[in-house]
Amino acid sequence: MNKTVSACALALFAVFLVASVLMLRPFGEPEETTMDDYIIGNAQNETGANNAVTSVVFDYRGFDTLGEATVLFTAVAGVLLVLRRYAHE
Amino acid sequence: MSESKIIKTISSIAFPFVMIYGLYVILHGHLTPGGGFQGGAIVASACVLLLAGYGSREIAKRIKEGQLSVLESIGALGFVSLALLGISTTFFYNFLAGSHSIFGRIPPFGSNPGDLNTAGLLPLMNISVGIKVIAGLFAIVMVLAFVTWKMGGRKQ
Amino acid sequence: MIYNIPFIAAISLVLIGLYTLIFKRNLIKMIIGITIMESGVNLFLITLGYRKESVAPIFTALPSSTTIPDKMSLPVPQALTLTSIVIGVAVLALMLAIAVQIYRRYGTLNVDKIRRLRG
Repeated sequence: MNKTVSACALALFAVFLVASVLMLRPFGEPEETTMDDYIIGNAQNETGANNAVTSVVFDYRGFDTLGEATVLFTAVAGVLLVLRRYAHE
Repeated sequence: MSESKIIKTISSIAFPFVMIYGLYVILHGHLTPGGGFQGGAIVASACVLLLAGYGSREIAKRIKEGQLSVLESIGALGFVSLALLGISTTFFYNFLAGSHSIFGRIPPFGSNPGDLNTAGLLPLMNISVGIKVIAGLFAIVMVLAFVTWKMGGRKQ
Repeated sequence: MIYNIPFIAAISLVLIGLYTLIFKRNLIKMIIGITIMESGVNLFLITLGYRKESVAPIFTALPSSTTIPDKMSLPVPQALTLTSIVIGVAVLALMLAIAVQIYRRYGTLNVDKIRRLRG
């Protein structure tokens, strides 16, 4: 009985996802690109980098990279803490 | 635990080439696709290749995970202090782009062959994040491999 | 409707991961299911930022027939997917460490038995 309830929930969720994806805009035609056009046009003047993706990651959105570095540091600290008893010789 | 002589030799030969490629991807992050995270993952996979060839007991005799932890903290503190250096204008201000300092040229607009001297604070941030990712990923894999080997001797 | 096939590929990965997470009883298989779901979500985020017949937004040695903002793909979704991939790796490492500790404590990796033993 438990498995049939799970299978019905999964089927319902699958129908919902497929229906909502088919109603999206067509692939390859983004609608509002004002911010990205500004970044592509001005990334070489303001940051001096040829790579627009790296200038977005480290300069325009550097705060998100700070949060990601914190998550990576917390995960490494958590792994070394959980397995501390066997990590010595 | 450790593998045969052929595997040990081949992994020792392949390790410096993969490391050079990974350091190239880290340093040229502002010119070609790549950057700190991608290049750090490549160098960490070179170190894991050496770990798989020699066995976790040999590597754990030479490198303690405390040293890797110190290296990772140096990378993280370097990243935050580079962000705090331009605090007079704002947090994360790129004060080296356009000035007559170490990384200060502005490239001409449009397609150009890349120049390593450009892009301000970005190569320094790439190097700090690269050191952090190398130390973090290698510490995770080394501790997991060593603990799995040590737990294999106790039958529950 | 036929033009949305990349979106359907991305969400089919999410559905495969969700099936593995619901119907399998081994802890390692559930962790693999979570990882497949994260791959599907990252793929969906990338396919949102594509323009028709465009190149990567990098100015080093462009092909000579690209007009500057019109034939380059959007850089912001690529940057956010980079962050998401690194966070996925960090969470996977922590899940595997906790699974090793669970195996040492309970002796089994079946989630039904872990609920019942008080060791």
